[in-house]
Amino acid sequence: MNPRSCVNIHKEWDIVGARQLGREMAKEIGFGTVDQARIATAVSELARNIYLYAKNGQVCFEYIYTNSQKGILMTAVDTGPGIKDISSVMQDGYTTSGGLGAGLPGVKRLMDDFDIESAVGEGTKIKAIKWIR
Amino acid sequence: MDENLKELIINNSDSIVDNWMDEVGRIKAGNYTASISDELYENTNREFVNVIFTSIQNQGSSKVVEEFSEKIINLGWPLSYITDGLQIFRRVTIDFLLAQADQVDSNHFSIVLTSVDEWIEPLIRQLVNEYSGSWENILSLQRVALQELSAPLIPVMERITVMPLIGTIDTDRAKLIMENLLEGTIKHNSEVVLIDITGVPVVDTMVAHHIIQAAEAVRLIGSTCILVGIRPEIAQTIVNIGIDLSKFLTRSTLKKGFTKALEITEREVVDLHAKNQGIEDIMHSLKGE
Repeated sequence: MNPRSCVNIHKEWDIVGARQLGREMAKEIGFGTVDQARIATAVSELARNIYLYAKNGQVCFEYIYTNSQKGILMTAVDTGPGIKDISSVMQDGYTTSGGLGAGLPGVKRLMDDFDIESAVGEGTKIKAIKWIR
Repeated sequence: MDENLKELIINNSDSIVDNWMDEVGRIKAGNYTASISDELYENTNREFVNVIFTSIQNQGSSKVVEEFSEKIINLGWPLSYITDGLQIFRRVTIDFLLAQADQVDSNHFSIVLTSVDEWIEPLIRQLVNEYSGSWENILSLQRVALQELSAPLIPVMERITVMPLIGTIDTDRAKLIMENLLEGTIKHNSEVVLIDITGVPVVDTMVAHHIIQAAEAVRLIGSTCILVGIRPEIAQTIVNIGIDLSKFLTRSTLKKGFTKALEITEREVVDLHAKNQGIEDIMHSLKGE
């Protein structure tokens, strides 16, 4: 009953595809422009992480409903090298690629719920939810 | 045997064509070509089947096929029209040939299948190649077009330049932006460079990182960079994500940024009309005396 749409990430331009899908879906369910921008930015970060570090992966979106609220759930899954020390990547300013190091902590702040699982050598799975206020 | 079969289907092309037209006509309704007029559809089908026969007769006359595929591509019909058409042709021909045979044993069956495949396969290959070739062509043209509108630098006034950014910024574009920005700043001898991000849909950490680097590089060569066109939702996202832009001058619109740029270069915009009006007022009051 709950449609789930995914975008495969292989090339840099796939980030744009994922972002557009995320924004489209956010708009559809009724997020305002600010939250749409937040979601699109979060998608962009997660998709870029896949492109930069794992090369291959997938970003999926689905709507979620509870009794009192509805929102969008995005899942970014890759089979890349994994993250050894999750607590350090969640710190602001930590980067291995010369970037700003605000990606993952930034996504956490942009979204309402954030969950990361990673195993070295197996890959990373990030789930993030934004609720409509 | 192969030649016999070929002769057989060429001699009976009428009935094969009829069957084929029937089947192809049937898939039109609920299919991709629903918006195409019946007449055009039928004419194209007739042309298509002629192309198939010519190709079989001449063992792959590529000229006709090329022309036909070009036409279909120009019409904007989907590739599936061609693949469906050829699949149906394969089915119809095989049916026909098997029905013609006095006795069908596995040997005959395999000969029929092989020879029909031999006729159809080069056609499929060529048509699909033509199609994907045209897509690749469009793609590379668009890439070039995109590159052209990538990062223009516009000198709007002496010592003031504007770089409007529109669309997604990827790694390649970021490099171009940096190069054009620095080259242009020096070439136009600009003191202030305005980077306008009104048209950038999403500012994530990578885009911000590139802009910060570009602004820093501009500062190094002795100019000032003002980031303008920051929409409210982008401002909120930048704050949420924790990007520090406090080192840079920023303004919400190009207009405000331009005013700031004038201020930096110690100039201002004077409204001539208002000035004249003031003089007229004085004249008027003088006359009144």
